[in-house]
Amino acid sequence: MTSDETYAPSRQTTEGRIYNLSGGDWDDMLARVASQDPIKEERLVLNLGPQHPSTHGVLRMVIELEGESVTDMRAVVGYLHTGIEKNTEYRTWTQGVTFLTRADYLSPIFNETVYCLAVEKLLGVTVPSRAQLIRLILMEVNRVSSHWVALATGGMEMGALTAMTNGLRARERCLDVLEMVTGLRMNHAFVRPGGIAQDLPEGTVEKIEHWIKDIRGEIAGLRKLLGGQPIWIKRLKDVGWLGVEGCISLGVTGPMLRAAGLPWDLRKTQPYLGYDEFDFEVPTQDGADCWSRFLVRLDEMAESVKIVEQAIERLEPGPVWVDDPKIAWPAKLSIGPDGMGNSLEHVQKIMNGSMESLIHHFKLVTEGFRVPPGQTYQAVESPRGELGAHVVSDGGTRPYRVHLREPSFVNLQSVAALAIGGMISDVIASVGSVDPVMGGVDR
Amino acid sequence: MGGPVERPVPEDSSPQQDAAAIQKSTVSQGPNDSPYGVARHGMFGVAGSGDTSGYGGLRREPWHVPAAARPYGSYFDEIVDTLIEAMPASFEAVTKVVIDGRPPGRLDLPGELTLHVRREHLIALATTLRNDPGLRFEFCASVSGVDYYNPDDAASNRLHAVYHLTSMTYRRRIRLEVSVSVADPHIPSMTALYPTADWQERETFDMFGIVFDGHPGLTRILMPDDWDGHPQRKDYPLGGIPVQYKGATIPPPDERRAYK
Repeated sequence: MTSDETYAPSRQTTEGRIYNLSGGDWDDMLARVASQDPIKEERLVLNLGPQHPSTHGVLRMVIELEGESVTDMRAVVGYLHTGIEKNTEYRTWTQGVTFLTRADYLSPIFNETVYCLAVEKLLGVTVPSRAQLIRLILMEVNRVSSHWVALATGGMEMGALTAMTNGLRARERCLDVLEMVTGLRMNHAFVRPGGIAQDLPEGTVEKIEHWIKDIRGEIAGLRKLLGGQPIWIKRLKDVGWLGVEGCISLGVTGPMLRAAGLPWDLRKTQPYLGYDEFDFEVPTQDGADCWSRFLVRLDEMAESVKIVEQAIERLEPGPVWVDDPKIAWPAKLSIGPDGMGNSLEHVQKIMNGSMESLIHHFKLVTEGFRVPPGQTYQAVESPRGELGAHVVSDGGTRPYRVHLREPSFVNLQSVAALAIGGMISDVIASVGSVDPVMGGVDR
Repeated sequence: MGGPVERPVPEDSSPQQDAAAIQKSTVSQGPNDSPYGVARHGMFGVAGSGDTSGYGGLRREPWHVPAAARPYGSYFDEIVDTLIEAMPASFEAVTKVVIDGRPPGRLDLPGELTLHVRREHLIALATTLRNDPGLRFEFCASVSGVDYYNPDDAASNRLHAVYHLTSMTYRRRIRLEVSVSVADPHIPSMTALYPTADWQERETFDMFGIVFDGHPGLTRILMPDDWDGHPQRKDYPLGGIPVQYKGATIPPPDERRAYK
């Protein structure tokens, strides 16, 4: 090896001569290479990620460049595969929630709810309306928080750091609400088959009312910050185009599809949890580019706040578990200083009062309930599109198979279509506008 | 987009077709009728371990999925009628019609329509479902797999590929199921019809080892390229955790003593 080659070691492959480069000066490398072997074509294969601050997590992209134009690209995923689906097969139905909530970690309530709705369909039970309403409120708060992360990280990747700091600040306000209700900022495992872990703590409604005011201010603030920002507009407008036909054939749903002009939102088109009783709009744009997706996400947050506002008015006291002691969680839970646990009253009852209650508690918690054999597919509109749960039961106390149809996974297929033909710098904008969450992609 | 469009049902021809469809869907035939899952003995995961719980004698048979009989209820009859009209060969293609999530005779409950399809006819059937103006399943929501493993019947068609199609025009959903055996795990790829099936078929191949013929690049997607085996198969060895402390190890989760 000569000293020249230490900068750009090369090897001969079937594709021609390939130079490996990391670090160093670009001009130096080109000059060195050109002095030995005149460059005949400008094709450059660039590996971006999986560890890179602008790839939205552990996403790897192999990009072929001709100058600065992208001629081909391939997204490589799988770096965050943790076998969530397989793991649920060795836990009870209730424990499954704990795994699935970690799939798409920015929209945990959606993962939990879609799975629970599917299990409840197999069980043939309907949860009480208060539990449904609380699920709906949490989902909408979660949608707002997820969109804030999308806008914040998307902004950061474009160099708009104030968007990031503002966005994450606004997201914290959403997480405060979720923390107050569930005890955790993320990975809540709060929605369970048959109900929700526990009722809203005191003061929640006031907290949410406060949140509504705050978050409206934050949304208006971001609209002011970026809505007319010339650099932001130039970086996003007419970048990463994908029309309705492309979206549908690639399976793309959610804000991307609505930014292309099709008002397809499962909350409206195939309502669940009583969404049809709420007054809200499905925001659409017709630009089909990154800019339209930005606007759709902004408008969607405002609509979600509207839904939450209506929902807290409809809250009425009532049970939050199905009226079936063979399914409903036996213990009354409470949030203590050290997290969520059994309430003292309940512990006293089963330890001192009733042996039958103790047996019942023990059986239901360790063995779990049985779900009649069969399969079902349930879909909800997550912040990223259609989130589906395909759940199969063999009649036992554990799922036979759980598959999540993850919108991040499916939408990410479109990244090549968005990027090819554009500039390398626009790849980052495109990936940001897809908003993939790698925990959901790889599961 | 509006609700379902009224379609004239051909009065004269449908009774015979209906009769044939019922016959087709209720007569036990072919590979799709093998039982699902595993027969269970005892209540705990470990056999012969001196289980004194008293539940060791429990026996549970593998479950069968009964074929549905007409009328299917909801919009399902209309879908099947339109399908038969548009594709007479669907008698050959569909081996079984199942309504999931609804006990027999309870037409008031919503259910889910599943068509069990022979793999030779999958592409033709899906093309009809996508293109026929009365069906318009233009959106392939999900492709996944399920392994209905039966250790007593190694040659069974245990690997199922499950397709969930959505009609955005009519706001309907349908499920297609294709089953193959481990020895011959080939299913034609849907990527030419629904490009979205690309990654989802790769995942199904990765996890179950179902080979989708005609896929543009069927490689592993979630597991590393050099991985052995297909992890979501029910007989995939789980290995356990090689944590050792003074000779003790933690058994894999399927061999631990636990309720099932």
